[in-house]
Amino acid sequence: MAHVGDTQAGNIPLAEVPDVELYHPKSWITKYVFSQDAKVIAIQYSCTAIAIGLVGLVLSWLMRLQLGFPDTFSFIEASDYYQYVTMHGMIMVIYLLTALFLGGFGNYLIPLMVGARDMVFPYVNMLSYWVYLIAVIVLTASFFVPGGPTGAGWTLYPPQAILSGTPGQEWGIILMLVSLILFIIGFTMGGLNYVVTVLQARARGMTLMRLPLTIWGIFVATILALLAFPALFVACVMMLLDRVLGTSFFMPDIVEIGEQLAYTGGSPILFQHLFWFFGHPEVYIVALPAFGIVSDLISVHARKSIFGYRMMVWAIIAIGGLSFIVWAHHMYVSGMNPYFGFFFATTTLIIAVPTALKLYNWVLTLWKGNIHFTIPMLFCIAFIVTFLNGGITGLFLGNVAVDVPLSDTMFVVAHFHMVMGVAPIFVVFGAIYHWFPLMSGRMLNEGMGKFHFWVTFVGAYLIYFPMHYLGFVGVPRRYYEVGETSFIPDSAADLNAFITVMVLIVGFAQVVFIFNIIRSLIKGKLAERNPWNATTLEWQTAEFPPGHGNFGDLPVVYRWAYEFSLPGVKDDFIPQNLAPNLINMADDDDSVDEQVAE
Amino acid sequence: MSIFSQISEKPWLESVDNIINMRPSNAFHVPTPIVGLRILLAAMTVLFVLTAISYADHMRLPNWRPLPDPFLLWLNTLILITSSVALQWARSAARHGDLGAVKKVFFAGGVLAIAFLLGQFLVSQQLVDMGYYASSNSANAFFYLITGLHALHLTGGMVAWGRTITKLLRGFSASQIALSVELCAIYWHFLLFVWLGLFTLMVST
Ligand code: HEM
Ligand SMILES: [Cu+2]
Repeated sequence: MAHVGDTQAGNIPLAEVPDVELYHPKSWITKYVFSQDAKVIAIQYSCTAIAIGLVGLVLSWLMRLQLGFPDTFSFIEASDYYQYVTMHGMIMVIYLLTALFLGGFGNYLIPLMVGARDMVFPYVNMLSYWVYLIAVIVLTASFFVPGGPTGAGWTLYPPQAILSGTPGQEWGIILMLVSLILFIIGFTMGGLNYVVTVLQARARGMTLMRLPLTIWGIFVATILALLAFPALFVACVMMLLDRVLGTSFFMPDIVEIGEQLAYTGGSPILFQHLFWFFGHPEVYIVALPAFGIVSDLISVHARKSIFGYRMMVWAIIAIGGLSFIVWAHHMYVSGMNPYFGFFFATTTLIIAVPTALKLYNWVLTLWKGNIHFTIPMLFCIAFIVTFLNGGITGLFLGNVAVDVPLSDTMFVVAHFHMVMGVAPIFVVFGAIYHWFPLMSGRMLNEGMGKFHFWVTFVGAYLIYFPMHYLGFVGVPRRYYEVGETSFIPDSAADLNAFITVMVLIVGFAQVVFIFNIIRSLIKGKLAERNPWNATTLEWQTAEFPPGHGNFGDLPVVYRWAYEFSLPGVKDDFIPQNLAPNLINMADDDDSVDEQVAE
Repeated sequence: MSIFSQISEKPWLESVDNIINMRPSNAFHVPTPIVGLRILLAAMTVLFVLTAISYADHMRLPNWRPLPDPFLLWLNTLILITSSVALQWARSAARHGDLGAVKKVFFAGGVLAIAFLLGQFLVSQQLVDMGYYASSNSANAFFYLITGLHALHLTGGMVAWGRTITKLLRGFSASQIALSVELCAIYWHFLLFVWLGLFTLMVST
């Protein structure tokens, strides 16, 4: 521990850089509404994302009611079901998870954890949120236009997405495309901030390799998003033109209801390539921040340094790079050249290597750790198992021969919910329980938290495990009603009913969670300054919860974020910004100076 | 330090001395707005490359009927080149503190860009008049898509240009506006290269 005893270094002069000029809000409106403070923007992003996420959740209940008890709910018609599926998928993936991880956690945590006063371009950051809000409003508006929202499936495949017969062909699809375009513009504004703040605004001593893994995850995910969203952007623009101006980017010569349409010569497959060139990295845009956050939460709540920090960073970068060359594994059934299939299957399997490495490292971090079974820790463990589970079914689906029969069945639905639905949502929950005290100054209620965790965790397995079996027997995905078939046994209907009941129970647990948040905001137990004894800078702010400008003097960083349970040190953690001469050594309350003198 | 040596550090071994020797802020030696601009340009590169790939993909399809290259398009290209040259001139003038020159050439560069945008608009008018509608063939559709996307990005650049002009009018010194001018120049060159690439693609096919 050479660096612990180094006394000279204790008096490092404060940063000589002129402090950044901070924007100061002048009125209530600029402080809480049109605010340029990343923390306020983060809360705005999170609340909007969670609100629209609740819409997505309710849609999933409606779908499950229909699947569990067909012919019971007369208000759900086939076209309604398609609309629910589409809006649910799109809302969950883009408007909830992407916005929450990057716009919410990214905005809140990046400046605090790298030791900056704010994002580097606060004005652009503010615009980012408002454009996002407009995107959400446009999306929501599509529920109220004639014909309702689009029912094309979240993949929006042409030609069906813009032809009659698909619900929402009139207005829904247009609003969906416009909303996505807006979302991408808004995201790009925010994304620039997240990346540049990490690169340029770190506190003194915060080298790249001292960044907490949370920041690494968000950082690389943002780069992925900045490079992947343009694909969705052109795809949306082209489809919008096809729909509105009658161009034929994606529209082949086609007959609709016996009538030859004016479209001619377009390429529907091109859309699939563009969509999945975005779509696969999107999985990692959601997963990488989750990876990062889990690494930090595990380390803090097991009081152990993360195992293989450098490997973890490199794995994040490797996964990010590889995720751009696997997209066509979503298109095995599109009639591609077998050599392409072979190539994409190979790259898909290769990506499992860095991913597995991360899993091993998490488990090794827990190994012999002083594990505190706090709620964040419980959610982290749940994440690890669930992600492993979804990852393994992913390996199967990555192989062409296995994917072809399973494609478009409930097996796929089970797979992607495990890996990018449930697992990242667990991390969102864990992160909220972990950082809620920082954001609000109050603790969330333990009891309700335990209830929320166990019901959600066990429930998620009861929901999605059976779905794998449904997929095996051939229950198709995106079907309003299966009806009579020769191959699906009657018992599948019982299983479906069971799943639906579980969904409603899990849904109730989420209501408890929301209630817990609201109640704790008002009368939760007051939090201590650093309730989890974490090492990272966000707990070392001038005020608690952090105020405008975050820090008093900008912090100086002396070490990485994982200095836990060091032998010879009194506390079981050393904050990143604690000067070496201030570290309390065990059995001696005096400073290190005397230790060295002895 | 290069990014590669930075990410091969071993943070758990590093001693405190490193910090003392470290620059006050360990950011990269480039002004923050320029880092931001570069990242934005990376995202835009993906956008235009994918558009070009889509174009190339469509060319292979049987219905593809290329459209003529109006003479005006060559003229516009020339105008865009001069616009970029003007901004480059302004950039070096700003660096040398020659405020008078900055004002003239920077303004001229923007006017040329406006001329380019008008020219592009005229080209599309001509083509529409000749009956090349976006809906009648993918080649036409792509022409309007590509020129449109490019023009939109340039229009976005005009906002930055306008803001810099107001700064110039409000009497900022050369050193105060050097960065703004530089950002505009970089963005202009980028869009020029994009245009040259797309233009070559379109006339050669
Ligand atoms: C309580 C939690 C959830 C439940 C009960 C649920 C249920 C469902 C159901 C029943 C479907 C339609 C299956 C079909 O007919 O094909 C579906 C589709 C989908 N879900 Fe979820 N879901 C939940 C959470 C999530 C989350 C968090 C995500 C985020 C990634 C997500 C992403 C998707 C996607 C992308 C689709 C596909 C939509 C499509 O086929 O176009 N879901 N979900
Ligand atoms: Cu994928």
